[in-house]
Amino acid sequence: MDSTIAVLAILDGLSYAALVFLVSVGLSLIFGVLRIVNVAHGSLYAYGAYTAATIGLAVAKISPWLTFPALLVASVLVGVVIGGLMERFLLRPVYGREEVLQLLITFAVFMIMDNLQRLIWGVQPIFAADPVKLLPNVSVLGVNYTSYQVILLPLVALATLLGLRYFLRHTLAGAVILAVTEDREAATAIGIDARKVFLVTFMIGASLAALGGALASPTTSLVPGMGTDMIVLSFAVAATAGLGQIEGAAVTALAIGLARAFIIYIQPEFEVLVPYLIMVLVLLVRPMGLFGTSKVRKI
Amino acid sequence: MTLFKTLLGAAALATTILAGPVAAQDKPKELKIGIATFLSGPASVFGVPAKAAAEMIAEDINKKGGIGGVPVSLSFIDEGAGGEALVSNYRRLVQDEKVDVTFAAISSGSCVQLAPLAEDLKMMNFMWDCGAASILEARKYRYVFRTQANATPEMLAVLMYLLKTKPDFKTIAVVNQDYAWGRESWEIFSTALKQMKPDVKVVAELFPKFGAPDFSTEISRLMALKPDVVLTTSWGGDLDTLVRQAGQRGLLQQTSFVLGIGETSIQRLGKDLPEGIIVGARGDHWFLHPEMKNDAGFKAFNEAFKAKTGSYPIYSVYHMQQAFSALQGAYDKALKAQGGKWPSREQVIDAMAGLEFKGWGRPVTMRGEDNQGLEAQLVGVTKAAPGYDFKVLDNMMLFEPKRITNPAGTKSVDWLKTLPADFYKAVVPTFKHGG
Repeated sequence: MDSTIAVLAILDGLSYAALVFLVSVGLSLIFGVLRIVNVAHGSLYAYGAYTAATIGLAVAKISPWLTFPALLVASVLVGVVIGGLMERFLLRPVYGREEVLQLLITFAVFMIMDNLQRLIWGVQPIFAADPVKLLPNVSVLGVNYTSYQVILLPLVALATLLGLRYFLRHTLAGAVILAVTEDREAATAIGIDARKVFLVTFMIGASLAALGGALASPTTSLVPGMGTDMIVLSFAVAATAGLGQIEGAAVTALAIGLARAFIIYIQPEFEVLVPYLIMVLVLLVRPMGLFGTSKVRKI
Repeated sequence: MTLFKTLLGAAALATTILAGPVAAQDKPKELKIGIATFLSGPASVFGVPAKAAAEMIAEDINKKGGIGGVPVSLSFIDEGAGGEALVSNYRRLVQDEKVDVTFAAISSGSCVQLAPLAEDLKMMNFMWDCGAASILEARKYRYVFRTQANATPEMLAVLMYLLKTKPDFKTIAVVNQDYAWGRESWEIFSTALKQMKPDVKVVAELFPKFGAPDFSTEISRLMALKPDVVLTTSWGGDLDTLVRQAGQRGLLQQTSFVLGIGETSIQRLGKDLPEGIIVGARGDHWFLHPEMKNDAGFKAFNEAFKAKTGSYPIYSVYHMQQAFSALQGAYDKALKAQGGKWPSREQVIDAMAGLEFKGWGRPVTMRGEDNQGLEAQLVGVTKAAPGYDFKVLDNMMLFEPKRITNPAGTKSVDWLKTLPADFYKAVVPTFKHGG
């Protein structure tokens, strides 16, 4: 392999990893705090994309630059409204009951959202590429890249990673979340409203999934079923990293993104296999994931 | 009155007994058609417009008095359910709803499942959109028909167009979806290419995952490889994404793109599809079909469809029309053979052999030996045209089906390997847009 291919593969891998990280980190965060495997996470990704495209197409008539804030507005809207409703009315009643209930409920939400999506946005692919078109292309070794994909997406992913780290480690709200994660009973005993923490965390996680979708929306066709693929990949990333591991999700997304890009250059037949191959290999050696830690049972 | 009824009943019974088991029957109250189409999943880009078309066509048939005086009624099942659910829904259509004919299906995977089942149930089934040639090559069916071409002529026409219009290309790359159609269409195309232009080098064979949201890496690789031609037989959101991402990064301008079945994406891609892209249509399907564009019925159908759905018809819509036309043609022929009496299913099946019917393109002939439809192929190149906010097709070639469809009893790939190098040089009529 020559150095040209290596450079191109790194760039391709970075932009892909950025999107994968944004979606999987939300899944990881929710699991880390609420201990819920949210099967509907992919639907939040899809709704983020569709909502961003809908708002974007509307505001583009005023100014195409408004499509950038539209991406953020859509993510927060989906995360707060849908995520909030899900947590408050569907998940809260089943905390502390068999885990299979949470799986069934989030799976049901996934099915309902998938059908609603078709009712709202139809089945024809939707495309809203203004944000990509507004930013210039950059040429690397004679190959054009959109700066949206190789600069903006990795920057947003990095900012999200650093922002989340800072939020959880250096703010009071973050400390409260960590306290509830560590020991819900003790946290409640010192006056922390665990229910509120769960609600806010779920909204943040849901917003991150929606942000992934919103940021992907200018580069891809929005089609029925788009959330399904993303949920499978996000699970692979989250499981490989160790469920609940935020930095782990970033490293794993990067590893999967780069490995996938290199394999497309070297042996494209294995493209689909790569993320899952990495997952299997990692879990064989470290069943708790790359960054997961085994916990001592309390009782 | 009671005596009259008894006599009438006895007469009817006697007629039935005397006429034997395949005798003409009483006209039913309605002719029930069960249709398998994608109502969910990515392939609903074909399935949902086709359902809208089926409803329009059925309404039109009923307005005109039905088929042989019998109104048609429709039941739909969702191919998106897939697997066992699709099979059990199909059984329900046949055994519980007692449909008279089924149109199934879009996906070759569905057809592979449903064709043998239809045969077992003795249910007349039209494979109204699926393309895998192997289905009718592997087994002789009595009850299963394909009312359009298969993948072999569809791909061969696209290759011949490419060789006729860009004869000097030296390198080619393929980016197809990683599933049966993506693989099979490339096998057909590349096998024929080896026969007709063996010096062409295949520089990359890329099969990204079906439904992939991002082709950035594939595009980078193609931009580095700089092939003369890039072929893709992808469709739906995958094709739209590939074309748009390639356009954003200048790949469409750097290399010649061939969209094997791109006709369905033209309207959606709008201005993002540049000029000079070769586009196939899985049949002679184009809402500005050069031989049909002045036909009043064709124009009215297209406009009514646009009014109903917001877009002009795509090939799956025209394939649906062909299934209805075949059904109408078969019943008309069987009715005539029975002197106007309502035919049995077996008699309608018999009428299918050699039947010629016309949808919204050139006439299609049902080949009696293997129940394969012989359908013309239209391939063109994109061009901007006043009055449309998307590209139209120009320099359209219409390929005769008999020449480019593998003969009955042969396997597609085996037949392709026998083609002479100058096969593509056959004279084919060319039509300008608006000409």
